Amino acid sequence: MTLIAADDQADLTSWSVRALATAVRSGEVTATAIVEAHLAALDRGAELHAWLCRVDERARAHAATLDAAHARGEALGVLGGVPLGLKDLFVTEGIPTTAGSCILAGWIPPYDGEHNTRMRDAGAVLLGKLSLDEFAMGSSNENVPGEAVRNPWAHDRVAGGSSGGAAAAVAARMVPFALATDTGGSIRQPAALCGVVGLKPSYGRVTRAGMIAFASSLDQAGPITRSVRDAAVVLGALAGPSPGDATCVNEPVPDFAQACERGTQGLRVGVCRRALDGDGLDQDVRVAFFAALEVLRDAGVTLVDIELPHADLGVATYYVLCAAEASSNLARYDGMRYGPRVTASSVEASVEATRSAGFGAEVRRRILLGTFVLRKAGYEAYYGRAARVRRLVADDYLEAFAHCDVIASPTAPQPAFGRGERNADPLAMYLGDVFTVGANLAGLPAISIPCGFTRSGPRLPIGLQLVGPPWREDLMLAVAAGHEDATRWHHERPPRLIDETSPAAGSS
Amino acid sequence: MNVRYESVIGLEVHCQLELASKLFSPCPLEIGAVPNTRTDAYTWGLPGTLPMPNRAAVQAAIALALATRCTVHRHSRFARKHYFYPDLPKGYQITQADEPYATGGEVEIPGFTRDDGAPWRVRLHRIHLEEDAGKNVHVGRTSGVDYNRAGAPLVEIVSEPDLRSAEQAAAYMRELRTLVRALGISQANMEEGTLRCDANVSLRPVGTEPLGERCEIKNVNSFRFLARAIDAEIRRQTDLLTHGESITRCTLGYDHEHDRLFVMRTKEDAADYRFLPDPDLPPLVIDDAWVDEVRNALPELPAARRERWRGLGVAADDASMLAAERDLAEYFDALLVATGTARARRAANWLVTDLLGRLGSAPIASCPVPATMLAEIVTMVDDDVISGRTGKDVLGLCWSGEGTPAQLVEQRGLGQLSDAGPVDALIAEVFAENPRQLASLLAGKDSLRGFFVGQIMKRSRGQANPRLVATRLDAALGQAAGSTEEPS
Repeated sequence: MTLIAADDQADLTSWSVRALATAVRSGEVTATAIVEAHLAALDRGAELHAWLCRVDERARAHAATLDAAHARGEALGVLGGVPLGLKDLFVTEGIPTTAGSCILAGWIPPYDGEHNTRMRDAGAVLLGKLSLDEFAMGSSNENVPGEAVRNPWAHDRVAGGSSGGAAAAVAARMVPFALATDTGGSIRQPAALCGVVGLKPSYGRVTRAGMIAFASSLDQAGPITRSVRDAAVVLGALAGPSPGDATCVNEPVPDFAQACERGTQGLRVGVCRRALDGDGLDQDVRVAFFAALEVLRDAGVTLVDIELPHADLGVATYYVLCAAEASSNLARYDGMRYGPRVTASSVEASVEATRSAGFGAEVRRRILLGTFVLRKAGYEAYYGRAARVRRLVADDYLEAFAHCDVIASPTAPQPAFGRGERNADPLAMYLGDVFTVGANLAGLPAISIPCGFTRSGPRLPIGLQLVGPPWREDLMLAVAAGHEDATRWHHERPPRLIDETSPAAGSS
Repeated sequence: MNVRYESVIGLEVHCQLELASKLFSPCPLEIGAVPNTRTDAYTWGLPGTLPMPNRAAVQAAIALALATRCTVHRHSRFARKHYFYPDLPKGYQITQADEPYATGGEVEIPGFTRDDGAPWRVRLHRIHLEEDAGKNVHVGRTSGVDYNRAGAPLVEIVSEPDLRSAEQAAAYMRELRTLVRALGISQANMEEGTLRCDANVSLRPVGTEPLGERCEIKNVNSFRFLARAIDAEIRRQTDLLTHGESITRCTLGYDHEHDRLFVMRTKEDAADYRFLPDPDLPPLVIDDAWVDEVRNALPELPAARRERWRGLGVAADDASMLAAERDLAEYFDALLVATGTARARRAANWLVTDLLGRLGSAPIASCPVPATMLAEIVTMVDDDVISGRTGKDVLGLCWSGEGTPAQLVEQRGLGQLSDAGPVDALIAEVFAENPRQLASLLAGKDSLRGFFVGQIMKRSRGQANPRLVATRLDAALGQAAGSTEEPS
């Protein structure tokens, strides 16, 4: 293996979503060439363990169909010919879908989720399914039946989670974008740890139909990309009314790409300084964050101090609610209709054995916790109280947005930590979600963008989180794009992986 | 000391709404289809599927709430009720828990009154919407699950404990069936399971207020068995109490073959369903405009129909019977239009006794005699054009498609003898043939009068007008008496 740091414009895998789609439309490159280049990148990056399943032949056939359509003069979609990966929480017809769990081993869905359909309708070419913490429960992509995903910047570090496979694949130039899901930070945290862009839309902006549920009132799908503008384009193709999700709003989709060009002039960015006081915040993350604020100030943004009085209750509230909903959502996995079944002397014993064998430790922990908080005897003390605190957290945000347009914070208090480092201490792992869970509890749009690197130790990316008011992805995107225009962080790429047997290795 | 007990009964009735699709998915709904052929990804509880509320189900539920004078709530909520069982695809049932869409309300039970003569009303605690589970099918030593029914739309109607006897409980169930059928929202068939009932039964000493400990009888599948199961439970509890024992709360099943109850579970192993507001479903919003729209489209309700018909003189039993089925009620109203309401009582009688007698258990829709034809018969009999006996014969001919009543009476000369001449001739014939009986009658044996009437009617093949026969017979007897007296 050789490490090559230089970017290479001739390499299609370094192109943006928009550049690829434009090139296909203009006939400059074919979808087939793009897909082949990316499949080769998947080969080279196999040791990151980002992919749970590849569909090379399907992808080649799809690309050929697109090229033929283009040759006939047919218009391709906004993502025509652009490869993508789907976190393996999205249901794909005919393609194994596991949620990263043994309990769905071998399940091949008989239907397509709306996310896959929308991406295909937009012309994007699916290359495979990406690794995740089992049922999206985790912050390190280590809660997996197989190999944990490696951070492309330092292989002994975690990629973050739960969408570690998606963030690593995008960072390592295996795909220009991926779709992931975010329940308490599962898009933004791995994006931050892998140095890419991760966007969680407002709750209800994107359908949940065809996305395996973890915590339904918090789950939201969104893109992981290498630039803010790419995220805006993908979100545009993903968002909109859904025939299959009653919580998805029936609103027209704003022009997110245009929102990126609004400029930052006159926008107010709120900072809750109290939230940065804790000793859990890494010094390099703190420095990078304040540097990002300076960048924004230079770009014409006004910085204002805000308060989020209940922010410190966020993590506890989140873990009660998400466990409660998870225990309910995962009740269907009983081995009776799909998935492996452990047979036993009675139905009850079979269900018990199937679930004990099929779920991993973290999932079992949350099912038990969720079952506990929903007991009749404890409902008010736990679930009822958490639901009320959630309201307070959401009200804090609404109050803060009376004074600012977007709220900024670090995405994660620490850069990528070592693999295995936090496995013995679930609480330490949970506290890593301190900056991200608020947006889920309040249903707000949030984005993580690259804003620097650690100075001490290995060079690891750091993320800046921007949270927008309800339904105002546009304001959030305007500030994020302003930051991106003023920096070069998003052009940084991890050490490239080259398979020594590949021709590219010889030529470089 | 001998304490007398009063039974206190409340029912939880499940009624499957008759709709094209299920409560939370566009999956088609059909009773009796081949197992597992009316399913979709949602019905199977496949990962990634979500519930989408069926507007038609809410519409039907609103109609039921209005028809039972419930308060329809602007905001209600769906919740998840958890338990593991293979017939429950998601591991939870979507139902309404704390916030049902309808509360309050009442149902009047025909045939039962309070001591003061007021109609017996059963108060409703609530009505809510929920989805059904699948059906376990046991074949020999193996079991299967049919998910056709899983996700079917149900309304659960929960009464207050306002029923006092098994017969009353069965009558209340019948009235609910009548009501939902009149609304056209359910087939409400107990045998097919589109109407199901759990009964809560408790006893208390007569004259006391506090409710005793109750037991719940689950899923009885006919009106008859419901009444028998409740009676059995009343006997069981009475027996326990009179022997100084106490009632332990439990859930019971009814074994109708042996007319016996068996304990399914006791209070100790009562399930904790871990209710959770369903995060997949926003609050159900039913605004005033929607309620008004449904109210304006409501058909005339059975209670109102019965009252209207009784006002026209229809017998109470006939009115109840005719109002029980929507098609039948509409047939009767069509009959009334054709006969005029002045003949309502007799029209009802003809319909109930003669037409329904012929129909047996077949639905009125399959009746070969349209309401207009029956109306002709009723009118002709009422106007003495034909006799009642002939009317029944004409009905038989119409039933076999021989023609219309008017044609048949005309062509076959079935018109009633309403002229004195021919009737007098018949009387003379009968007198001549039965001189001894005539002498006895004239001698004062009045019981023979019926014999003569019968003979005259028989000779006229039933066409003689009975009232005319009566008056002419009187006249003829007067004459005969005169002529026999003369010689003395």
